[in-house]
Amino acid sequence: MSPGVDDVIGQEQPTSGAGDSHQGRAGELPKSLTGIRGLDEITRGGLPTGRPTLVCGGPGSGKTLLALTFLVNGALQFDEPGVLMTFEENEGEIASDVASLGFDLPELVKAQKLAVDYVRVERSEIEETGEYDLEGLFVRLDHAIRTVGARRVVLDTIESLFAGLKNDTILRSELRRLFRWLKEQGVTALITGERGDGALTRQGLEEYVSDAVILLDHRVHDQVSTRRLRVVKYRGSHHGTNEYPFLIDADGISVLPVSSLALRHKAPLDRVSSGVARLDEMLSGEGYYRGSTILVSGTAGTGKTSLAAHFLDAACGRGERCLCFLFEESPQQLLRNMRSIGIDLEPWTASGLLQFHADRPSRYGLETHLVTMHQAVADFQPTVTVIDPVTNLMTVGTYTDVQAMLTRLIDHLKTANITAMLTSLMPGPGDIERTETAISSLMDTWIVLANDQVGNRHRRGLYVLKSRGMAHSNELCEFVMTNHGLDLLAGAGTTHRVVGGVENGSAEGGVRHAVL
Amino acid sequence: MPFSEHVTATQSSEGQTYSLRLYVAGQTPKSVLAFTNLKRICEQHLLGRYQIEIIDLLENPQLARGDQILAVPTLVRRLPEPIKKIIGDLSNTERVLVGLDLRVRQ
Repeated sequence: MSPGVDDVIGQEQPTSGAGDSHQGRAGELPKSLTGIRGLDEITRGGLPTGRPTLVCGGPGSGKTLLALTFLVNGALQFDEPGVLMTFEENEGEIASDVASLGFDLPELVKAQKLAVDYVRVERSEIEETGEYDLEGLFVRLDHAIRTVGARRVVLDTIESLFAGLKNDTILRSELRRLFRWLKEQGVTALITGERGDGALTRQGLEEYVSDAVILLDHRVHDQVSTRRLRVVKYRGSHHGTNEYPFLIDADGISVLPVSSLALRHKAPLDRVSSGVARLDEMLSGEGYYRGSTILVSGTAGTGKTSLAAHFLDAACGRGERCLCFLFEESPQQLLRNMRSIGIDLEPWTASGLLQFHADRPSRYGLETHLVTMHQAVADFQPTVTVIDPVTNLMTVGTYTDVQAMLTRLIDHLKTANITAMLTSLMPGPGDIERTETAISSLMDTWIVLANDQVGNRHRRGLYVLKSRGMAHSNELCEFVMTNHGLDLLAGAGTTHRVVGGVENGSAEGGVRHAVL
Repeated sequence: MPFSEHVTATQSSEGQTYSLRLYVAGQTPKSVLAFTNLKRICEQHLLGRYQIEIIDLLENPQLARGDQILAVPTLVRRLPEPIKKIIGDLSNTERVLVGLDLRVRQ
């Protein structure tokens, strides 16, 4: 039952007040897309059509933004005009808040796709005497709905009424009536509420709005903030129950439903050189797959960055655009260090083929890092991306957060067919970082670098732990750093020289054993 | 029991004229009671210097925004300034007088 806006007044709704009994029937309820990436996946199609949904969270958790995005997307993408009834900010303030996201509220109002009504209640200006009801609010809402033929309604934040009016009893019964009335109007409503102590909302709105409840959270962990979203309740529908990190960037809100990592990436067959001829040989003679993701892990000083530099140098040599995120060194340090082993990347930065983005990991929260990286990728349009070292991001979030972020990032890069190399710093030989176990399943190729000492000689070794979709060498090969870069000592595959191994109990053997 | 749209008392030379607006939504018992109470209070305390305008929001819903009407009945004192609002059926005369600044808050 979803009556149009025009035929509801005066029409008796036999089920009004008993609408809840409709749930639980076979089949899912009709849903309205929010147009928010990720949220529609978690809710399997959006918010319940014609019913109110509660969005609660603390101050600054993004409630208003989520609600407005729902309205604006409705008006622009789904041909569903909307009404915004705001209790905290006036029309002008709201409009300027979201202007940076490209939402032009005045334009939508002009085009009759949106009606905004600012309800101001000032307790000090109001004297209460005797019985009253909130019919004035209903009249305003009804008028706004009719003006634009609204299918969506946002009330932000109706709990403000409790601060403005003294009679809680009247207020509560009127709110109950309001939410029932909204259902009768058949509008898909989104009601925001401030998180309360020990309750979802301060005034217990969840009692009245019981169809769907979304909780937003803004947590600070080690001085770094992460936003999360959880669908607490969704009557008559399946929904993802996890907490999902979400972010607010220049394009608005997007939720990261990790589980939705659909396997829809292309699987190109063409290959790109690693920049080290003998390593290419180890990778069935041709190097990495284009669009694949490569993890290079090793302890400090094993040559991870050098391997990445070879890769960048080769890619630029082919005329490919390369983007390199540095979380440890400055671009100048990297350029200098690589020049010392004969890899000169400077011409590529000068010609614009190679771009560096250096940031301290602790500078932002994970979400902001993700956003920044997304934007850099979108701006520069690289075909090759290097993140050095990805493990430094571990310091700014919890294990799960980092995993979620990397999953999303890698997903994004793969979708764009960008070949990505991530370096990973292992704390010591034999240790497999948690990051690595977390992200290794996302990796197509995993190269491990290791050091050991035989007598007074320091040896470097490299092996391909895995490389999906190709026959690759399983040998551990020794290499040296020369003034022309990283040099694998033996011809890979056939005339290899094994340095260490499981059987001889060397340091590399230890690493390898731990890995396997 | 019909309302009259405007109830205008004769101007008085002494004191300021009170310009009052009563917002209602249809003729409900509450709104009728509010009007009755208001009329009585005005006759007793503002004789000859008040003006009451009744606005039925069911007929003029667009007017609710201007005066920020939320609850009904709402009495708005438009003059003298500043604007004052009193919501409810005006059954507590004391409070109405306080709200209209005709009596100092105890």
